[in-house]
Amino acid sequence: MLNDSDRIYKNLYGQLDWRLQGARARGDWDGTAAILARGRDAIIEEVKASGMRGRGGAGFPTGMKWSFMPKESDGRPHYLVVNADESEPGTCKDRDIMRHEPQKLIEGSLIAGFAMGAHTGFIYIRGEYYNEAQRLQLAIDEAYAAGLLGKNASGSGWDFDLILHRGAGAYICGEESALLESLEGKKGMPRMKPPFPAAMGLYGCPTTVNNVETIAGVPTILRRGAAWFSALGRPKNSGTKIFCISGHVNNPCNVEEEMGVPLKDLIEKHAGGVRGGWDNLQAIIPGGASMPILNKEMCDTQLMDFDSLAAVKSGMGSGAIIVMDKSTDVVKAIWRLSKFFKHESCGQCTPCREGTGWMMRMMDRVVQGKAALADIHLLEQMTTQVAGHTICAFGEAASWPIQGMMRAFRPQVEARATDYRPLQPVAQAAE
Amino acid sequence: MCLVEIEKMPPRPQVACGMPVSDGMVVHTDTEMVRKGRRGVMEFLLINHPLDCPICDQGGECDLQDEAVSYGRDYSRYDEAKRAVAQPDWGPLVKATMTRCIHCTRCVRFTAEVAGVAELGATFRGESTQIGTYVQKALSSELSGNIIDLCPVGALTSKPYAFTARPWELRKTDSIDVLDAVGANIRVDARGAEVLRILPRINDEVNEEWLGDKSRFSVDGLKRRRLDRPWLRENGKLRPASWDEVFEVITARMKSVAPGRLGAIAGDQCDVESLLALKQFFTALGSPNIDCRQDGAVFDSSCRSFYLFNSTIAGIDEADALLIIGSNPRHEAPVLNARIRKRWLAGGFTAGLIGMPNQLTYPVEQVGAGSGAIKALLEGTAPFANILAAAKKPVIILGAGMLARPDGAAIHSAAWQLALKYNMLNAEWHGFNVLHHAAARVGALDIGFVPGEAGKATVQMLSGGVDVLWLQAADELDIAAIGKETFVIYQGHHGDAGAARADVILPGCAYTEKDGTYVNTEGRVQYSAMAVKPPGDAREDWRIIRALSAYMGYALPYDTLSELRAHLAVLYPIFSVENGFHRFAGTSITAPAGDMTAMDDAPLTAVFPNYYQTDSISRASPTMAACIAAHVPAAAEAAE
Amino acid sequence: MSAQVEVQTFSFDSISQEAVAKAVALYPPGKQMSAVKALLDIAQRQMARLTGVAWVPQAAMDAIARHLGVAPIRVYENATFYTMFNTKPVGKYHLQVCTTTPCWLRGSDDIVNACRSATGIASFGQTSEDGLFTLTEVECLGACVNAPILQINDDYYEDLDAVRIEKLLDGLKTGGALPPAGSTIGRQTSAPIANQTTLLPANGQAE
Repeated sequence: MLNDSDRIYKNLYGQLDWRLQGARARGDWDGTAAILARGRDAIIEEVKASGMRGRGGAGFPTGMKWSFMPKESDGRPHYLVVNADESEPGTCKDRDIMRHEPQKLIEGSLIAGFAMGAHTGFIYIRGEYYNEAQRLQLAIDEAYAAGLLGKNASGSGWDFDLILHRGAGAYICGEESALLESLEGKKGMPRMKPPFPAAMGLYGCPTTVNNVETIAGVPTILRRGAAWFSALGRPKNSGTKIFCISGHVNNPCNVEEEMGVPLKDLIEKHAGGVRGGWDNLQAIIPGGASMPILNKEMCDTQLMDFDSLAAVKSGMGSGAIIVMDKSTDVVKAIWRLSKFFKHESCGQCTPCREGTGWMMRMMDRVVQGKAALADIHLLEQMTTQVAGHTICAFGEAASWPIQGMMRAFRPQVEARATDYRPLQPVAQAAE
Repeated sequence: MCLVEIEKMPPRPQVACGMPVSDGMVVHTDTEMVRKGRRGVMEFLLINHPLDCPICDQGGECDLQDEAVSYGRDYSRYDEAKRAVAQPDWGPLVKATMTRCIHCTRCVRFTAEVAGVAELGATFRGESTQIGTYVQKALSSELSGNIIDLCPVGALTSKPYAFTARPWELRKTDSIDVLDAVGANIRVDARGAEVLRILPRINDEVNEEWLGDKSRFSVDGLKRRRLDRPWLRENGKLRPASWDEVFEVITARMKSVAPGRLGAIAGDQCDVESLLALKQFFTALGSPNIDCRQDGAVFDSSCRSFYLFNSTIAGIDEADALLIIGSNPRHEAPVLNARIRKRWLAGGFTAGLIGMPNQLTYPVEQVGAGSGAIKALLEGTAPFANILAAAKKPVIILGAGMLARPDGAAIHSAAWQLALKYNMLNAEWHGFNVLHHAAARVGALDIGFVPGEAGKATVQMLSGGVDVLWLQAADELDIAAIGKETFVIYQGHHGDAGAARADVILPGCAYTEKDGTYVNTEGRVQYSAMAVKPPGDAREDWRIIRALSAYMGYALPYDTLSELRAHLAVLYPIFSVENGFHRFAGTSITAPAGDMTAMDDAPLTAVFPNYYQTDSISRASPTMAACIAAHVPAAAEAAE
Repeated sequence: MSAQVEVQTFSFDSISQEAVAKAVALYPPGKQMSAVKALLDIAQRQMARLTGVAWVPQAAMDAIARHLGVAPIRVYENATFYTMFNTKPVGKYHLQVCTTTPCWLRGSDDIVNACRSATGIASFGQTSEDGLFTLTEVECLGACVNAPILQINDDYYEDLDAVRIEKLLDGLKTGGALPPAGSTIGRQTSAPIANQTTLLPANGQAE
């Protein structure tokens, strides 16, 4: 188990003072100017060396992402955008960072902003986090008052403004280009890529979008060194990660652990175990709603990091672990996710706009026992018609839970099949 | 549906329409992956699309049908309930059946980007996305009909044309629009003797792919109030007559007065052929009293560039500053206005306006309301002078309506001087533009349909200035001012103002019923074609004049259209080569005659009180009348 | 709330005007559209402040469009795309129950039923007869380790069960104020309710 001394977020649970004074006592803003004095390239190299991968879900190497930003400005400003639109069902880690460790995020924003040549950063926080936004704004105001932000931020010679932008209820705004659209005052509809944000992002300017946990971890990495961070976890999956353990466990909680920690350990040690014991476990969704579900056999030995989960065709996503015991109707649990994705589809691409509704309705029939075996096959095929056919990864996100269910719980799903026939004959002329 | 497979890209179908082309890119448009992707999209498009093709007006020209042939299944795998939405009311022109909508957002983009009147949007999201106005309202753009063409399915169809015909029943004739002077290229769709609809044809030099609502939807005016037989006024009342009768009456009347007491005024939609015939007929009669400017304009038309849109319509794309003088392009030439907006959107372009403020679809700097602003610019004192001076390719758009003012010639001359002063006239660039709104005007001026030596102009022919007045489809003049004793011969197609005053009516053709030559505001010679036969006893206009000339013993020297056109080409070489169109250089050293000091300072008000009814065809159109009811006073939305 | 009539006019009051100016000033010149969500939120809060009903009437959207210099439809699009703007009036207390899988696993069905029986609301989207409550089903609120959750106006009430929710709503019905937000079982935010394993006070972490 990770030592508390190796945890980045010492105040994850808000037991300590979240304000600037308390944060400074925990080491935040210690020698920030000196960190910036190392220069852009050195910071990026250090972050690269640490092996930090984006904590929002995709796991893209952070240092490399930063290095895509133009070295010299062509006259356009550069922007840092922090993705705090925490909406992936099961995920509530950034919320704790913003309300309990806001200065880590603010300091990380300054460092990241400096490393990519940005004088302005935006934090896009989901609108439902009203109280969290209030607190984060207070923290930002404190940082300004202490000279840590604004002109000559933290005495570094770098000017940096940090602006909090509230969303208003749309899961899709967690997708980086949708987030940028939303930040520009449009509907959160993902953009086609290329051009990538690093070339043309917010207001058409070079922009990098990073998750809260990614940015908030940066100051500690730079203070303690890339070697410390990369020594934690497993190769290419280094460092620590906040896991959100929800569902049928005795003590649901957030916990910061080493990457690559066995899933069973996480649940048994930190979350008080599965309700009714490990043997009562039926299934786990390991990375937030869009990641394929695992059955118990898979969970027994599963390690929690990007590559280990990708190896079983699932993913670590945001680190949200949704536990289901044997009392759960897994099909209904997945149906509820299908309903979520149907509700949250932005409607831009046809396969997603129409497909999410279709999948949800078919799932509904499976739940109700009104689906024939052919319907289940059709449902599975439908997921492949959506996934990979949309501008953003929402198509995959909406399809993977169903595909995962089909892989891990095929017998249970097929057992739901009936000889149900819809009222109208299936074979008709064209639609 | 534009999914393609691109080598060296992630192994998933790529969206062709949003993918920047790069060097060495290898794109496959027909692979298994592409077909599977497109079939998938097709299936999704169809699951919530109603199975109502038999009652859908788009049937037969529906992109979705066409694509379904290539990528659709022959049966549906969708057993869930289909989505249906309420049918909104978007006004008298566009019928919205949004259950058919596939959410491509072309209409949203067109109204926001091209038309510049952002009234449509996609509200809500996901499955519940609705394309619409959100609040009940009629579309106020003059280009709204184009979204019907753009809509790939039957969600947006033409309301007046609803349930009228199937596309395969229609006879399609390429022609030219004459309801404004842009000369938009159109296709006239007819069945039997009836023109059913008019659609734009693509001509990037003129109308791109757009068409104004008036030009598109006035077609129902083509079959109402038509003059389909000769009429003769007897005892104050018009009665049907035969061609022989009316020719006899006209001959007697014309021969009874001195040639100097004969006059002819041409209307705004006349083809060049009929005007040449009329001009030569009057020349033969010995009368110099002809005028094509029924609005009473008098200005120097001795040089072609004095009255043309010299920069050309496409040339707007090159301009970097624009000064509009007394015109509302949105009403007088909506398609051209869209071009100006396109130029503005591209950036590096400033527009200014002298005249009454109006709702244009791009920001304009108000330079002034009256001719004082022209003087200020000539003196360089108005702030806009700096913008014109700094511009590399500035243009002036002078509304033709200004030439009809009493001080029209003065404004004409002053505008030319502005062009000179601000370097609009040079070897590479001619930035002096007159924006006409009468389709016949430029062609008529080109053949000199203006008073000959000692001839009378429009105003002098009225008020008893002539004893016999020939109105060639002229309805927009001050009919009441025609002398009480004047004998009026009206040749035209609609029972409008002119016909009501006429003593003799000669039934002619509307523009869809004859092969005609038209010259648009930029001097482009274009040809309309007969789409349907004229109604009843109506005849092609030049033939009527030719027949009458023979009847009266002055037979004109052509018997066929091709002979007439050959004759025209000999007399006026600009008609000799089809589309022999070129842009003028602004190096002419002469300037239009006109005393600049004669300008009075009355506000330069644009000519049309409304867009929808400006000529005899649109006045006869119930659809246009419905538009007036819906929009006047026009609730124009500010440009976005 | 069916008696609620469409608001004909709307203008920002002085409190809102200050907030609007602040919100618009955050963005670069010419990018004021970025503030549209903030302005919609300010309008909704003003309606709540002045009328007790938090919603955005069309008149407010039009006012925002004028303020930002954009076509009204662009504001309508925003207001309908994002779920937090109420384009129809809601009750004084907007009960937003999360029923997404993590909450569902922890008994959100009970929460929904408790809300229904306490307020007399038959189905989602409806407002109670006394106009106090509107019940809305929302998607994941992002506090999953504290499931199940009910958001009332701005505040999250966490670790709920049917008994506690009924007590909470009864308090509101009898004119009580909203209790403090957060866990309803006295839990330290997202820490385990028992047997905390990390960041223990013994390790010198907590106060």
